[in-house]
Amino acid sequence: MKILSRAYMWVVFLLLYAPILVLVVFSFNDGGSLSSYTGFSLRWYGELFRDSVALESLKNSLFLATASSLLATALGTFAALGLDRMRNRYLKAAINSVTNVPMMNPDIVTGVSMMLLFVALGGMLGLGDVLGKWTMLIAHTTFSLPYVILSVLPRFKQFDRTLREAALDLGCTPAQSFFKVELPAIVPGVVSGLVMAFTLSLDDFVISHFVSSPDFQTLPLYIYNQTAHNVKYSMYALCTLIIVTILVLLLAVNFAGSIGDRTKRRREAAK
Amino acid sequence: MKGRRSLLEKAAAVPHAVWVSLFVIGPLLFVLYFAFTDTKGSFSFSNIELLSSYSHIFFLSICFALVATAFCLLLGYPLAFFMARCKPSTQKLLMLLLMLPMWISLLIRTYSLMTLLDNGGLVNSLLISLGLEPVSMVGTGGAVILGMVYDFLPYMVLPIYTSISKLDGRYLEAAADLGCNGFQTLFRVVLPLTVPGIVSGITMVFVPSISTFYISQKLGGGNFDLIGDTIERQFKYASTYHIGAAISLVMMILILISIAVMNRFSDGDGEEMIV
Amino acid sequence: MKRLLVLCLAASLLALLLPLLASCGGTDTVTLYVYNWGEYISDGTEGSLDVNAAFSEWYEQTYGVRVKVNYSTYSSNEDMYAKISSGAANYDIVIPSDYMIGRMISEGLLRKLNFSNIPNIENIDNSVMFGDKTPYYDPENAYSVPYTYGTVGIIYNKTMVDEADLGSWDIMWNEKYQGNVLQFNNSRDAFATALFKLGYSVNTENEAEWREALALLMAQKPIVQGYVMDEIFNKMENGSAAIAPYYAGDFFVMYADNEDLGFSYPKEGTNVFVDAMCVPTSSENPEIAERYINFMLGKEAAIANAEYICYASPNRLVFEDEDYRATMEEMHPDAMDILYGTEDIKMEFYENLPEEHLMMVNSLWEDLKIESPINTSIIVMAGAILCGCVGGGIYLTVRSRKRRKTVLNLWS
Repeated sequence: MKILSRAYMWVVFLLLYAPILVLVVFSFNDGGSLSSYTGFSLRWYGELFRDSVALESLKNSLFLATASSLLATALGTFAALGLDRMRNRYLKAAINSVTNVPMMNPDIVTGVSMMLLFVALGGMLGLGDVLGKWTMLIAHTTFSLPYVILSVLPRFKQFDRTLREAALDLGCTPAQSFFKVELPAIVPGVVSGLVMAFTLSLDDFVISHFVSSPDFQTLPLYIYNQTAHNVKYSMYALCTLIIVTILVLLLAVNFAGSIGDRTKRRREAAK
Repeated sequence: MKGRRSLLEKAAAVPHAVWVSLFVIGPLLFVLYFAFTDTKGSFSFSNIELLSSYSHIFFLSICFALVATAFCLLLGYPLAFFMARCKPSTQKLLMLLLMLPMWISLLIRTYSLMTLLDNGGLVNSLLISLGLEPVSMVGTGGAVILGMVYDFLPYMVLPIYTSISKLDGRYLEAAADLGCNGFQTLFRVVLPLTVPGIVSGITMVFVPSISTFYISQKLGGGNFDLIGDTIERQFKYASTYHIGAAISLVMMILILISIAVMNRFSDGDGEEMIV
Repeated sequence: MKRLLVLCLAASLLALLLPLLASCGGTDTVTLYVYNWGEYISDGTEGSLDVNAAFSEWYEQTYGVRVKVNYSTYSSNEDMYAKISSGAANYDIVIPSDYMIGRMISEGLLRKLNFSNIPNIENIDNSVMFGDKTPYYDPENAYSVPYTYGTVGIIYNKTMVDEADLGSWDIMWNEKYQGNVLQFNNSRDAFATALFKLGYSVNTENEAEWREALALLMAQKPIVQGYVMDEIFNKMENGSAAIAPYYAGDFFVMYADNEDLGFSYPKEGTNVFVDAMCVPTSSENPEIAERYINFMLGKEAAIANAEYICYASPNRLVFEDEDYRATMEEMHPDAMDILYGTEDIKMEFYENLPEEHLMMVNSLWEDLKIESPINTSIIVMAGAILCGCVGGGIYLTVRSRKRRKTVLNLWS
């Protein structure tokens, strides 16, 4: 039984990784074909770094992910605070469910509806074609908002209210008590929300596909255009680099996490 | 304590409320508006009437998504189960292995799957070198299903794995004490207790499969139109926004209904949705 | 760890902002906005000449003004048209295809060129494209300067196709090649293959003829492996398909990767297009734009582009050049014939169809696209799954009710 389950896991993971492995291996292919491996070479990596469009879209992606995640985190953290303190139950429920709409809706509907909004508003206000960098920023902020709120709100709920009362008793103004007592306690939630928003924005293709214009391309859009056209093998090199980056990041987070666990355990043991 | 709320606390949610009403409710209103107007901007049901010619696309998409979800569940549940029974350190590694593909763009994964399956791709070269007949796969329904299963399998495994690993081991001991064999424990104890995980897994696979357009374009060779392809074409190529809006509206309603139905089965454990 | 992540984010933000700030402190360079098709200029990759950089250099030397070329690309005439007509961006050079030029001229989006800035216009030989006529889209030759032209033909894989079947559009309907035929994934080009086969004009305004073409395309559906555009490159190169209609110039790119490929013109006629350089009315530097056009017509730039793009060039300095001919023939022995030996082939331009007619064509295309083949097995599977779910649900509900009843009975 144990062998069987092991074998099953191996097979599924192998299938899951087969296409990725092929891609990585062929990014080092000397020739330009996907069906025959002619020899090891780094030429596609060289091509990639000469490809100004790819580099430009990487820059765009990083800009967009940074800006939208910061914006979403700022909006979302305050929204979580407001929602936590809100006394009107119905209003709270209403805001909550509206916030979650982009999470429930299929991406394509979110993208299409945003595109309609931008196109129609652009037409009404006489701005012409507004799709581009700013509409992308708005869209990315909107779809990462619910994730930020979801990771921050529980922190507010878990926060011990007596601490705040203590701060107020000790002479803090409410604002001071928020910034000096409560905010440090919720920082982990804010950070994980920020990271989540950042990665969601980096990875998004479907929504960007609808609200972007050809002159502001992000990395996923660039990859899409490549796969819709004649794929240059430098794209495989790009994908390999992305995969390696992600792997390193995941390993680092995991490693740091386990070290954190260990020190925590040690500290507890010392107590 | 009913302390006074500071201005900051009262106003904190306002920017967010303004933002979501502008960019969440606003777009949905525009979908409604476009779905019920014609190109001249006057109210009409013509788009909704036109939908009848798309009914078989809805039907086909639902079929594809159902089959893909079922395969994901059949493949994913045992995987999650086996994973949850490994040593904790192995579990961590396996989780990492499962997460990694989720972080790689879906476009890349789908595209490289297509190059593998293509007539001149590696799989067929392998078949030929083994002396077998090549099989043409890209452009068939099976390839589309395979693509959906391949792309969305991790979304099924993760929530199920979470709910299995949360399971109190004493239930299993109790079941064994009461005379259950392995299979009985699985079907009578583990399976019913992990229903919330299964439900969120199903939602997380079904929704992207029914709305995908990239998978069907690449692996289906443009031969099948699923709902996603149809919507994408209306907006990106044909500029027939009104029909596209009507189709999107119907799809959205369909999905919201199915999510509501699914949530009735689980006990509304909303946080399972996001892992 | 988390602090580290925040630091990383902040650092990346800074890194992004710095160059932006730096670029704000601008110098007195003029920026020329060029909007072209993707992969449609020699850009310095793989040892070719970087034409835009060469232009900047030449311009500074000749006129003493620094010009920076801001080059962006589009993937369809319609994308480009939307951008220009909305006034969202000011471009100085665009390179639309024939029918789009006609439309843009009629809507006043293009500027009349001042040919005193374009002396190299004399290098252009219009007769190779239009015979003794003027371009239909620009009858006075006042708005546009041809950049490249090209034709559609059938690309085939010699190992999979019988040579005897070649020479006609019929091959795309030949059941022998079921599952190995690729078709265009856009309405105009796909319908053109059927219209040519039927012997109609691709610009016909007779709805019945378009419907006939639709019926033909419907009949072709079971034979077609996929509706694709530029994916044709990969599919033909790795032998995934046997037959695909595509542009002659692109054939050479595929041939470079797969020598089994061949090219043939169908006898019923085929589509020809011209992409020409134009200056939009909104251009802020029309004079520099005209000099850019002039530079592109010069020998060095024109040959570099022609060798990079592989499409036919209307420039005498190019097609009469021995080195160019040799390069092309090295690429493919019949290259010059395929590109330039088109006098005997019936060719037709796409013309701008009236708006309501285009809508009709689009709706016919929609009919073709949504006509999905019946996937019996998948539908049956889905049905079985649904039945299983419903049955299981009913079974479970009934059982739990019964159990509850038993438990209640036991209690009482």
